[in-house]
Amino acid sequence: MSSFVEQFLNGLIPGSIYALIALGYTMVYGIAKMINFAHGDIIMVGAYILLIGLNASGVPTWLAIVLAIAGCGILGVVIEKVAYKPLRNAPSLAVLITAIGMSYFLQNLFLVIFSSKGKSVPRFIHVKDFKIGDITVSGNMIVTLIVTIIIMILLTVFINKTKLGSALRAVSEDKGAASLMGINSDLMISMTFAIGSALAGVAGILWVSMYDKAYPTLGAIPGIKAFVAAVIGGIGSVPGAMIGGIALGLVESFTKAYISGELVDAFVFGLLIIVLIFKPTGILGRKRIEKV
Amino acid sequence: MTKMKKFLSAAVVAAMTISSLAGCGTSSKGDDTTLTIGGIGPVSGPAASYGTSVKNGCQVAVDEINKAGGVKVGDKTMQLKLDFQDDANDAETAKNAFNKLMDNGMDALVGCVTSAPCIAVTSLSEKAKILQITPSGSQKECAQFDNCFRVCFTDPQQGTAMAEYIVNKLGLKKVAVLYANSSNYSQGIKDAFVAKVKELGGSIVTEEAFTEGDVDYNTQLSKVKDAAADAIFVPAYYTEVSYIVKQAAEKGIKIPFFGSDGWDGILDQVSNKEVLEGATFLSPFLYTQDDAKVQSFVKAYQAANKNATPDQFAADGYDTVYTIKAAFEKAGSKDIAKLEEAMTQIKVEGITGTMTFSKDGDATKSTKLIQIKNGEYTAIVAE
Repeated sequence: MSSFVEQFLNGLIPGSIYALIALGYTMVYGIAKMINFAHGDIIMVGAYILLIGLNASGVPTWLAIVLAIAGCGILGVVIEKVAYKPLRNAPSLAVLITAIGMSYFLQNLFLVIFSSKGKSVPRFIHVKDFKIGDITVSGNMIVTLIVTIIIMILLTVFINKTKLGSALRAVSEDKGAASLMGINSDLMISMTFAIGSALAGVAGILWVSMYDKAYPTLGAIPGIKAFVAAVIGGIGSVPGAMIGGIALGLVESFTKAYISGELVDAFVFGLLIIVLIFKPTGILGRKRIEKV
Repeated sequence: MTKMKKFLSAAVVAAMTISSLAGCGTSSKGDDTTLTIGGIGPVSGPAASYGTSVKNGCQVAVDEINKAGGVKVGDKTMQLKLDFQDDANDAETAKNAFNKLMDNGMDALVGCVTSAPCIAVTSLSEKAKILQITPSGSQKECAQFDNCFRVCFTDPQQGTAMAEYIVNKLGLKKVAVLYANSSNYSQGIKDAFVAKVKELGGSIVTEEAFTEGDVDYNTQLSKVKDAAADAIFVPAYYTEVSYIVKQAAEKGIKIPFFGSDGWDGILDQVSNKEVLEGATFLSPFLYTQDDAKVQSFVKAYQAANKNATPDQFAADGYDTVYTIKAAFEKAGSKDIAKLEEAMTQIKVEGITGTMTFSKDGDATKSTKLIQIKNGEYTAIVAE
């Protein structure tokens, strides 16, 4: 039993990080109707900003964390303004290619600056490990879990209960109509990119606290996994991204623990296929009727 | 006019054919005053650090030998010349490099540094009747022909040596193994290790696989924890190891870690060195080892290479050149049959250990282990 609980936690933690990243994919898709493939690389940028902050003398840890999150948020907005906004009326394929280009650009930029060698991030979360019987829950795990839960609650409240949240939902429903009602849709899109990228920054910070190392391709794998999670949960749906991310983490962990370490990705993508067969819009995705 | 053109082109083709044949014909084996040692390894690309280290290590040995008077082959004394070519860790490039070295009059080959190019070159060197010694190609096939030898341990040798150390010397009977199933290196060591542990009366309580490039090992480590092992063996490279040791510490796993030579350099990979305390791995060379020969090599290497610290590849390269010297001196000739025979008779006291060579090309040498104590590498010698 204790081993089952431990394997559950082993899946829940990366799962909740996937969920944070998936939120960015899903929010951007919901409002801009595009897949931001550079999203995974923003995690990497967050990790590097944190690394620089922690290594600089005289910068307290909290400031390094805030700088990393804010830096990612700003980067998200800049990417949107520079790369995606000029293509707002272009075919979606052009935007997709631009996003992939952006992803390569970020990876290679950091490769040139920091080299491909992984850099260890000093330990910055000092929370005591927690023990119940045989189960050890590390401080990192506890912090990751608490941070994710708080963010999910705040985000849900923000989207459903605030005025800005309503505006966001309105633009996502119908951009044209929302503009006619006096909502600045460009501002809303920028805000979505800022929030999504800041969440990616948080994910990056949690990622290096768990896995210790920053390197230029760090964001690629979690980025793809989170994208899968967003699709499983129903792309465009915020609670769907949360469920999808956690489901993915658990499937990974249980496959490794009870079936085979070699079949992990087969099961992850198998789950994706099964969900898409029975519910093509994902678990919580809504069917949209395209009006012609 | 067209006839003229045809004639000209035919003449050009003929000339080219002749000149290319001439290229083959002139692979003369140097003169009587220099012994040319060819080297092949990656000095560009992602594996460049290995090739560069071997090249620099060889150069230190060549300079030392020349300064001491050179190599006595029969009744002639020869100076060594190192001709090192880049293969960018690519088999085709390595073959071209080999042909170029033959044209340059190579007498013996140090290389290749990495296994795949090395295997590709062995068939060429066999045909060319050239003594080939790889400093670091650990796959079995790197020494597949009679003219091919190796200075480093093979992958299975590493597994066997670690099994003997853990089970016999330390008396730890219940061992967990964590290995990369996507890597020949990891798999090769693991297979030999598992077989040897069982032979010695120990048991493998759990065998967990992962893929190179993974970052999350919590699941496998939870299973290791459940299995109540006495020791955990991880034959892998340091990137994966750095994640594994950190996550194991977070899980409260306190059993000792053991590793293969891929762990070399692990201390630079972790932010908290405590997680590695007490870990032991196999490595042929430690630059801080309290040994006169090792220290004089380190000094010479640093003087020649802007204070860079030599690693095991540099040491392997250095020992390979000395092995070639010993073989030529014993054989007293450049004849391949005599060199092959000499290789099995020589005993080389190198900085990676004292080596003898078997007919199938593998080196026999003492196992050197490195243990991490107080955040530093310390050498321990197991018999």
